[in-house]
Amino acid sequence: MAEQAQAADSGPRPIVPFLKLGPNPHLEGLKCSCGAIFLDPKRVACSKCGATSDSFKPIALSNKGKVYVFSVVHQSFPGIKTPYVTAIVDLPEGVSVRSNLIDVSHEELQKNPKKGFDMPVEMVTSVVAKDREGHDVVAFQFRPCK
Amino acid sequence: MRNVYVLGTGMIKFGRYPEKTVPELGGEAALIALKDAGVTIKDIEMFACGNLYQSNAMVGQRILQQIGQTGIPVINVSNACATGSTAFREAYFSIASGMYDMAMAVGVEQMGKQGLLGGTGGGDPAYSTEGKLGSGLMPAVFGQAGIEHMRKYGTKLEHFAKISVKSHKHATKNPFSQYRNEVTLEDVMNARMVGYPNTLYMCCPTGDGAAAAILVSEDKLKQFAGGRKRPRIAASVLTSDPYTDRDLTLPDVNTLTRRASKLAYEKAGVGPKDIALTELHDCFATAELVHYENLGLCGDGEAGEFIDKKGGCHPDLGGFAPVNVSGGLLSKGHPLGATGVANICEVVWHLTQDERAKDRQIPNAKAGQAHVIGLGSACTINILTI
Ligand SMILES: [Zn+2]
Repeated sequence: MAEQAQAADSGPRPIVPFLKLGPNPHLEGLKCSCGAIFLDPKRVACSKCGATSDSFKPIALSNKGKVYVFSVVHQSFPGIKTPYVTAIVDLPEGVSVRSNLIDVSHEELQKNPKKGFDMPVEMVTSVVAKDREGHDVVAFQFRPCK
Repeated sequence: MRNVYVLGTGMIKFGRYPEKTVPELGGEAALIALKDAGVTIKDIEMFACGNLYQSNAMVGQRILQQIGQTGIPVINVSNACATGSTAFREAYFSIASGMYDMAMAVGVEQMGKQGLLGGTGGGDPAYSTEGKLGSGLMPAVFGQAGIEHMRKYGTKLEHFAKISVKSHKHATKNPFSQYRNEVTLEDVMNARMVGYPNTLYMCCPTGDGAAAAILVSEDKLKQFAGGRKRPRIAASVLTSDPYTDRDLTLPDVNTLTRRASKLAYEKAGVGPKDIALTELHDCFATAELVHYENLGLCGDGEAGEFIDKKGGCHPDLGGFAPVNVSGGLLSKGHPLGATGVANICEVVWHLTQDERAKDRQIPNAKAGQAHVIGLGSACTINILTI
């Protein structure tokens, strides 16, 4: 029994619960009746209007958005490869998410930050770690739209 | 609410004190403040102690175990970088409310070698999002606060860098500052990048430190001031981050500061033009720039021009609306719990022409403000008048 359960459970794991894996990986939020969208699925109430979670409906978020702002991280904890670009991406549903911006030159962005503002980007996923139980851990990143 | 005054202040030079304990550092600052006030620990009726890294370890009581166990109520306060200023506000309320007539606030921190990056938290590190889903660390958060200003108003890297040059110059006149070296614009621009657009000299160093203040009612002021003029706390405001669209993804350091600033000016009955000096929370140069506008020292979108015209510089340097004449966190360092009380000390020293600010005195200062942001978020603004 235990072996069977483990086998059924051996697939990759999302790094955060709002990343949905499968054939079409995407982000899923909770939308309150007031319009606010949240990314944490265990939230008990809306911090904008105060409505409780029975006012929430799941909402699938677009894989495309626009960069609002970014920074280039040159110094971090041991084991985190620098430099890399961190970005706040606005999604068309009206919520922002944070992740790494890949396939861009950080030197170019530092020289001409305007190039980053409103840059159209799309979400991709990749395995970023292996957890203690041996599962692949999958994160999402953004890259300039092709 | 009753009037509350700052009777005495104490601060130790920010720096590295690995041979001392947190209660020893806090006790030293407390004793200086008590002496400055002309009172003893036996006169203190309530004590609010701000400390972050030992917030579960009764730092306030351990300070009294060093300097006098009188059995008074002690509150240990933790509120991120606004820890010390929140402790100060607790002391203020204990008197304003009519409950007590003399209270002490101490802010103290020993950072050791810990940087400003913050902690990683527990759990399986494979699920740690830092570096995998962007960065939530301070340099990235405050870098992006500056980038947002660039996006809105076309602000340049030079503007942020000039702030660092200015504050380092100010620090050369402050013996309480950890670093007192001047830097040139080239030094700042060419220094190692930490988190774009903040280079090394645009990020505050950490450090150990402590600062203390003795707060009194009008009655006690008359009894102990001995004719000395002491500043009144004209406003002591605390806000948290209200809901804004991106706040949960990228902490919004502006909205809660603007709200605190509006409330503080209203309560104090003064405006930005009446403020002779501002000590504001320059954990990064980018933060200082956005707070010029948040505190109304210049109009929205005008911070770059304000800097180019020497806004924020000491009048001795040909500037106006001086900001962080202490050298700011960029030079003093940022012992988290101590910062909020230390910047109130600086404002007091200018209002009272205290010799501890003699080489950097703002002439004829009648009002000053101290602003702190604790990310997460908390904002305090204390306006003092004389
Ligand atoms: Zn709602």
